[in-house]
Amino acid sequence: MNRGTWLLGRLAQIVPSFLFIGVAVFVLARLLPGDPVSAMLGDHATDATLARLTAQLGLDRSIPVQLMQFLGGVLRGELGDSIAYRIPVARLIAERLPATVLLTLLSVAIALALAVPLAFVAALNANRWPDLLIRFVFQIGLSTPIFYVGLLLLTVLAAWAHLFPVGGYGDGWRAHLWHLFLPALTLALSFAAVLMRSLRGAVLDVINAEFVDFARSKGLRARVLLGRHVLRSAMIATVTLVGLHVGSLLGGAVITESVFAVPGVGRLMVESIFARDYPVIQALTLVLAVFVSLALLATDIVQMWLDPRVGR
Amino acid sequence: MRAWLPLGTGLLILTAFLVMAVIPESIAPYDPLGFDFAALLAEPSAEHIFGTDQFGRDILSRTIAASRIDLQIALFAMLGPLLIGSVIGLLVGWFGGWADALFGRLADIVVTFPFLVLVIAIVAVLGPGLINMYIAVSCVGWVVYARLMRGEVRIQAQADYVAAARVLGYSTARILLRHVLPNAVRPVLVYAVTDMALAILTGSSLGYLGLGAQPPTAEWGVLIADGRNFFTTAPWISLAPGVAIVLAGLGFSLTGDGLQALLDVKR
Repeated sequence: MNRGTWLLGRLAQIVPSFLFIGVAVFVLARLLPGDPVSAMLGDHATDATLARLTAQLGLDRSIPVQLMQFLGGVLRGELGDSIAYRIPVARLIAERLPATVLLTLLSVAIALALAVPLAFVAALNANRWPDLLIRFVFQIGLSTPIFYVGLLLLTVLAAWAHLFPVGGYGDGWRAHLWHLFLPALTLALSFAAVLMRSLRGAVLDVINAEFVDFARSKGLRARVLLGRHVLRSAMIATVTLVGLHVGSLLGGAVITESVFAVPGVGRLMVESIFARDYPVIQALTLVLAVFVSLALLATDIVQMWLDPRVGR
Repeated sequence: MRAWLPLGTGLLILTAFLVMAVIPESIAPYDPLGFDFAALLAEPSAEHIFGTDQFGRDILSRTIAASRIDLQIALFAMLGPLLIGSVIGLLVGWFGGWADALFGRLADIVVTFPFLVLVIAIVAVLGPGLINMYIAVSCVGWVVYARLMRGEVRIQAQADYVAAARVLGYSTARILLRHVLPNAVRPVLVYAVTDMALAILTGSSLGYLGLGAQPPTAEWGVLIADGRNFFTTAPWISLAPGVAIVLAGLGFSLTGDGLQALLDVKR
C-alpha cells in the first residue's frame, strides 16, 4: 500500500465518523425531557403558537424525515437559532470560537515548553532523584482538578500579586494573550502532567531500542545520538499525544473558561445549560466533536510525514 | 518494593477517607451544617483550622462530611462503565463476527468525542444532579472497559483450558462466566481503581460547574465553588476541599499503580 492510498482511506474514514456524530447529536436532542417547543416558549404559550413553531421547526414530521432535515441543515451550516440570544447559533459560535482556539493553542505551547525538557531530564536520569522529583510533582498535578489549579493561580497571581487580570478577554490580540495567560497556564499544567508521563516512557523506549544501541556501537557521540534519533522519535510521540488529547483539552477549556470568565465556547456551553438553550448545546456538541475528529485526522497526516513506517 | 510503597501509601490514604466517610460526626470538630454568626468568614485559627465560610460553618468539618459523597461518586461513576463495558467486551470478544466489527467502529468514534463535553451535554439533556451524572458517565465511559475486556477475552479464548472445557462439553455460558471471566477480569479491575481517581476529578468538576451534586449537599467541588465568590477576601474556604480532592486522587492512583506492579498487569 502506498501513502496516497493510505491517506485516501484515512480521509474516507471521516465520513462515517461525521455521520455518526450527527446522528448521535440528533438522538441526544430527541431525548430531551418533554417537548422542546414548550421548553422554548415557556408555560404561557397558546396552542396556536405552539402548533406554528412545531410546524416551523419541522417537529410534526416523522423521525427519519426530521433526521434527514437536521443533517441537511448541518451540511448547509444552518444550526438553528439560539433561544437566549435570539441570533443564529452558527454566528454565536463563530463569535465565541476564537477565544477557545487561542486558549487551547496557548496552553499546548506552554505544556510543551514545560513537559518536553522535563521528560528528557526524567528519562535520562531514570529512577534517580531528578526523575523521582519530577514524577512526584506531576503525579500531584494529575490528581489536582483543573478548576482548583485555576482558582489557586487566580488567588495568588491575580488577586494578591496583581500580576495578571482576574478574568475576561480584553480588546486587541495583545490584551487577549495577556488575559488568556493564566487560563492557558491552568490548562497547560494538567496537560503537561499527562504529556510528561507518556513522553518519559517514549524517550525511555527509544533509549533502550536496538537502533540506538546500533548507532552507539557505530561510535556516534551522545549529542548526535540524542538530536538525530531520540528527538525524532520523541517528536512523533509528542504529536500523537497532542492530537489524542485535543478532546480532553476542550473539556478542560469548558472548566477553565468558567473559572476565568473567558468568553469562549466552553463557557457558552455551561451558560446554555442553565439557560436551557438547547439548540446551542446541540450545535456545540456537534462542532466540538467535529473539531476533535479533524484534529485526529491532522495528527495522522503529520505522523505520516514524520514517521516513515506509517502508510507503507 | 516497587509495588508495596505506592500500594501501602495509597491504601493508607484511602482508609483515612473511608473512616471519614463512615463516621464523619466522630471526627469532625463541628457540626458541618451548624451556623456560627460570631465567626463569619473567620481566618484559619486554633478553633477553626481551615477557617469558616460566609455562614460561619467550619470548613474542615464540611470537608470531612463531604468525603461520603465524593467516595460514593468515585464508586458509582466507576461501577456503571465497568459493568456495562465488561459485559459488552466479554460478548464481542468471545463471539467476534459482525458485532465485534461494529463495536470496533463504534469505539473508535466514541473516543473521538471529547469525554467531558459529551458528559456535560448528556447532563444538560437529563438535568443536573448526581444520578444523571452517573448515567452520563456510564454512557461515555464504558468504551474503555469494553476495549480492555475484549482484548483480554480474545487472549484467553486461545488458551488450552478453554479448549479443554469445550471438549468436556461445558455450555458457553459456563465457560464464559466460570473460566474466561475470572482470568480476563484482572487488568479491568486494576484499571477500575485508577479510574476512580478520574471519577473524583470528573464528579467534582461537574459539582463545581453546578451540574453534579447540588448545593445543600456537601461535595468537594461544590465547596470549592462556594469559595470562588470569596477568593479575594476569604481564599481559605477552597483550600481544605481542594487538598482533599488531590489526596483522594493520589490515594486511588497510587493504589492502582501498586496493584498494577504487584499483579504484573501490562497496560
